[in-house]
Amino acid sequence: MSALSIKNLTKTYANGFLALKGIDLEVDVGGFYSLLGPNGAGKTTAIRIVCSLVEKSAGNIEVFGYNLATHPEEAKMNIGMVPQEVNFNTFDTPLNILVNQAGFYGIKRSIALQRAKKYLGELKLWDKKDDISRNLSGGMKRRLMIARALIHEPELLILDEPTAGVDIEIRRSMWKFLKDTNANGTTIILTTHYLEEAENLCRNIAIIDEGVIIENTRMIDLLKQLKQETFVLSLEDNLKKDSNLNEFSYTLIGGNQLEVLVDEDHSINDLFELLNREKIKVLSLRNKSNRLEELFMRLVHSKNDISKENS
Amino acid sequence: MTSQRKIHNVNVNLNLIAFYTIVRKEVIRVLRIWIQTIVPPAITMTLYFVIFGNLIGSRVGTMGGYSYMQFIAPGIIMMSVITNSYGNVVSSFFGAKFGGHIEEMLVSPMSNSAIILGHIAGGVLRGLLVGAMVTIIALSFTKLELKYPLITFSMVFLSSVVFSLAGFINALYARKFDDIAIIPTFVITPLTYLGGVFYSISLLPDFWQYASKFNPILYMVNAFRYGILGTSDIDIRYAYLVVCAFIVILFTLSFILLKRGVGIRD
Repeated sequence: MSALSIKNLTKTYANGFLALKGIDLEVDVGGFYSLLGPNGAGKTTAIRIVCSLVEKSAGNIEVFGYNLATHPEEAKMNIGMVPQEVNFNTFDTPLNILVNQAGFYGIKRSIALQRAKKYLGELKLWDKKDDISRNLSGGMKRRLMIARALIHEPELLILDEPTAGVDIEIRRSMWKFLKDTNANGTTIILTTHYLEEAENLCRNIAIIDEGVIIENTRMIDLLKQLKQETFVLSLEDNLKKDSNLNEFSYTLIGGNQLEVLVDEDHSINDLFELLNREKIKVLSLRNKSNRLEELFMRLVHSKNDISKENS
Repeated sequence: MTSQRKIHNVNVNLNLIAFYTIVRKEVIRVLRIWIQTIVPPAITMTLYFVIFGNLIGSRVGTMGGYSYMQFIAPGIIMMSVITNSYGNVVSSFFGAKFGGHIEEMLVSPMSNSAIILGHIAGGVLRGLLVGAMVTIIALSFTKLELKYPLITFSMVFLSSVVFSLAGFINALYARKFDDIAIIPTFVITPLTYLGGVFYSISLLPDFWQYASKFNPILYMVNAFRYGILGTSDIDIRYAYLVVCAFIVILFTLSFILLKRGVGIRD
């Protein structure tokens, strides 16, 4: 049994726009799944259909074996959703928002209050429980939506760009929270534009573009597809004119910064051996761009190129 | 107990708690914004009693065997119940749509019936609360007897349900704030004023008496007046028939629209 099984999901909006062209997706129980794609690719549409906020045109959805069309109560009971936009009553308090949401899931008030305390505490919002929610910061609002999505303790948590617009400190604390939540057994599906976030958190990845899933694999397998990487090295001293680094393709920037292309025939060890031979001391090393970002761009562009050729 | 019955019982409990949650939320909302929900009808209805009941009413004399103030009091109470029941549901539900927090209910497993009934209960409670307050104001102007309490309470309750349902349907279709003002302004207010609140339809020419009988508010106002004063322009049985028919039609329509996601799901 999968946590989420989507088969041939199609969505045509009233204006004729075909947002999803029969996508298939299987999310394993306990998985941490990333759904990536450019703006307008169909990620949010897919998520909103799974969460019963958009009507599907065709296809089948099962959540932990419950068909969303025939057993909506059981399926919905297992899903928690964190939407892209703030969608709680901003005139209400965080405590009321959580307790009301629990009530919509048939959870008694006494239990809802205990859970609200737990999740507001874990997400560092307990001190704000009686504040008017519109006065919360952007990061607090995002965390409140995560707490709200967890109040009925769902088996599947779906987050649509949960860290958009929040600072790095809060983002990292949210990553830790999501990792812990996943470690405790909750299956997580995440859409994000921060590819570093997807790479750090997720074990599986699906890339969706123009309503079609163009890649669906384990993160580790996808990253293996990367044939070459560019590293940026900061050198202790300026590179000497007689240094011979021709084994690698490189660019020198400002005298002491090297951009080196490491292809599939070489390893990073080879690069360091060469640097040692040339007696070049390295102060720091980093990827020029995120690995997943490079793959993502390549996959989306190659698909677009094929489409152009076909047309 | 079979597993199917267990699931049924779980769903019943779930929907009862969800229903109670909506009602609680609605009552808190009404009381929190009392300056918008309770005070305006109190002021408006007091002005009706002062101007129509006291100043003009003293020159009108009696109507249907009662002083003009006594005659209009049930109609004014019913008018406040109708407008507040409608206003509560339309503003609350549209506000939830506009703010996006309608999604909190849509993602949850609660049934469509629980969503409708919860909002209707909220509208009825506000309607009855304002109605009770206007009754107290009316009693400071005139003496009112309660001739048939069962008819009085049942009719005010059923009328409140009708207009709460109407408000719910309006909120489903509304796309902007202007859309929630159109029906009250162009439909409910004219029908209320022409629904025998301030006069007996026996004063109208035959054609307009006949035309008035197509106005459902006429039945509500007259049945309510009958419960308090014991006088009515119409047969009370027809009033119950009309009101119950409206409840069935409007509830069914609300249910179908909500199930289809009209105005709330893409």
